[in-house]
Amino acid sequence: MQPFLTLGPVLLNWPAEHWRDFYFQVADEMPVETVFIGEVVCSKRAPLFDRHFEEVVSRLKAAGKRVVFSTLAEVTSKIDRRLVKRVAASDELYIEANDASALWHLGGRPHAVGPYLNVYNEESLEFLCANGARSVCLPPELPANAIAAMANTAAGLGCELEVQVYGRIPLALSARCYHARAHNKTKDSCLFVCDQDPDGMVLCTQEGRPFLTINGVQTQSYSCLNLVGQLQELIAAGISRFRISPQSIGTGSTAECFQAVLQKKMSAEEATAKLAETEFEAPFSNGFYHQKPGHRWCS
Amino acid sequence: MTGLQKPELVCPAGTPAGLRTAVDAGADAVYCGLKGPTNARNFPGLNFTVAEMAEGVAYAHDKGAKVLAAINSFPTAGRTDIWKAAIDDAVSIGVDAVIAADIGAGAYLARTHPAQRFHLSVQAGASSVEAINYYCRSFGIKRVVLPRILTVAEIAELHSEIECEIEAFIFGNIGMMAEGRCLLTSYVTGQSTNMDGVCSPASHVHYAEDADQNLTTRLGEFAIDCVSCGQTTGYPTICKGRYDTAPKKGYYAFEEPVSLNLTKLLPDLMRAGVTALKIEGRQRSRAYVRAVVSAFRQAVDAYHAGADPDISDLLALTEGGKETQGAFGSKTWR
Repeated sequence: MQPFLTLGPVLLNWPAEHWRDFYFQVADEMPVETVFIGEVVCSKRAPLFDRHFEEVVSRLKAAGKRVVFSTLAEVTSKIDRRLVKRVAASDELYIEANDASALWHLGGRPHAVGPYLNVYNEESLEFLCANGARSVCLPPELPANAIAAMANTAAGLGCELEVQVYGRIPLALSARCYHARAHNKTKDSCLFVCDQDPDGMVLCTQEGRPFLTINGVQTQSYSCLNLVGQLQELIAAGISRFRISPQSIGTGSTAECFQAVLQKKMSAEEATAKLAETEFEAPFSNGFYHQKPGHRWCS
Repeated sequence: MTGLQKPELVCPAGTPAGLRTAVDAGADAVYCGLKGPTNARNFPGLNFTVAEMAEGVAYAHDKGAKVLAAINSFPTAGRTDIWKAAIDDAVSIGVDAVIAADIGAGAYLARTHPAQRFHLSVQAGASSVEAINYYCRSFGIKRVVLPRILTVAEIAELHSEIECEIEAFIFGNIGMMAEGRCLLTSYVTGQSTNMDGVCSPASHVHYAEDADQNLTTRLGEFAIDCVSCGQTTGYPTICKGRYDTAPKKGYYAFEEPVSLNLTKLLPDLMRAGVTALKIEGRQRSRAYVRAVVSAFRQAVDAYHAGADPDISDLLALTEGGKETQGAFGSKTWR
């Protein structure tokens, strides 16, 4: 199978026009085959993008991108449940399921499985594939040997595996909004303060070291995952899809770098140097892949 | 509260002695794990060999109590045999239920041991009607252990719409992140909560005191708190540390070091249709388990009989002496 790039859903709360223009740029310029779209982090944010949704989706489709609709990762409240139902119960959309409630609505229809649904082993993969899963994006903490074991099983099931190769790493979800908390508000009274931070709010240790990134109810790494050096190894193991998680700046040039390496037009070393020059500034990490602390960078 | 079913009191058993203590103190059921990465409390000195768990089952059954085996971490590709063996062992020694979270483990359990009672672990993070019913339909689960993020009102509503019993946490440590979806320990230490059953491992915790007796706590390379002389605090975890963000400095960005204590909400939980009340703390001492289990035994019995028990003693047992009703009391917690 020809390996290709995918673009993960925008996880942050951008101004609606910025969000729309970003996807226009994806349609016009970005060398990604599949685009995941939809609110994954906070159901309160979803309506903010409604008025541009249709236009963005048709522009992406017209540009030949495959569009997949990602569902909310943590589903508790009535608003959460309505949002998941609206997306996952539709017969017309192809869905990336990010929690078990989406699987309930899908009822065995063909779908993708997102990185927020825990798929850590062969048995889980077999069960999900027997119930409609056609591709699975693996959890970000899986090390190389486990990824390879998963790829072995996936091949026999006709299931494609995806691995996030770039961007901040989603590390945790909570019922509580930490953006609201930092601003002395609660989730219900948040006034959408998360829109002040297009790449999330950096959380530092009291010694001043940047540590994590707050994105509403989600906690991400501060470091930026970069597996460009492991692409060929992942392809050899049988991984065919490589996910880039969007940041507010530099995502286009990042995708071009990865595409050049996939097409063997650029070496991994050259790509690493180029990626370090993009406007998005955060130290690289690849520790999870090497079965080390996730924040580490093993060159 | 006449007419209501008396809820089962489900208590922690970190060791064989802890199991006997909990049963003797009035537990209706105890939950425990096998040694190794198969359960979410894989701490040094805790958990059971298969033979010890078999003895625990005999002891508990003799006293009319149940044993629930927690096999609730996520089996890692390439080494799932460890989890399958744990499930087979637990079933063969006659545990009353297996508590599991993983879809693969659930599929294995349902296929290999269809008669075994299966409880969905809190680690599955099933927090909606649809998610819970997905597990009911897929694996025939008989009970869900609810994530600690729902209000009592939401639990009551859930109860009327799901196809299984509800077990809810009422006391003990409260993690801030959705269960089964937290990679923070893994990101900092390389040991995984999901794959190894480890959260904030003691082997990676370091303390350093400066000249003014300020104590900096580190997990791996990261300073997760700084405590001045005389302050009390709980066991250091990332989600209960103090940090800086642009709008705020030196604050508990996720949660204060508090423990969950739902004593006052017990009647409401019983009315909401909760079948089982769960006490956290397999890592705690026997003295702690004895005190907490006895106190809750009395409280549950008293509430059930329509009395108003004295529950003030339990506060002294909470982490750092600070308690919270967490998400259960009100939506403003979120």
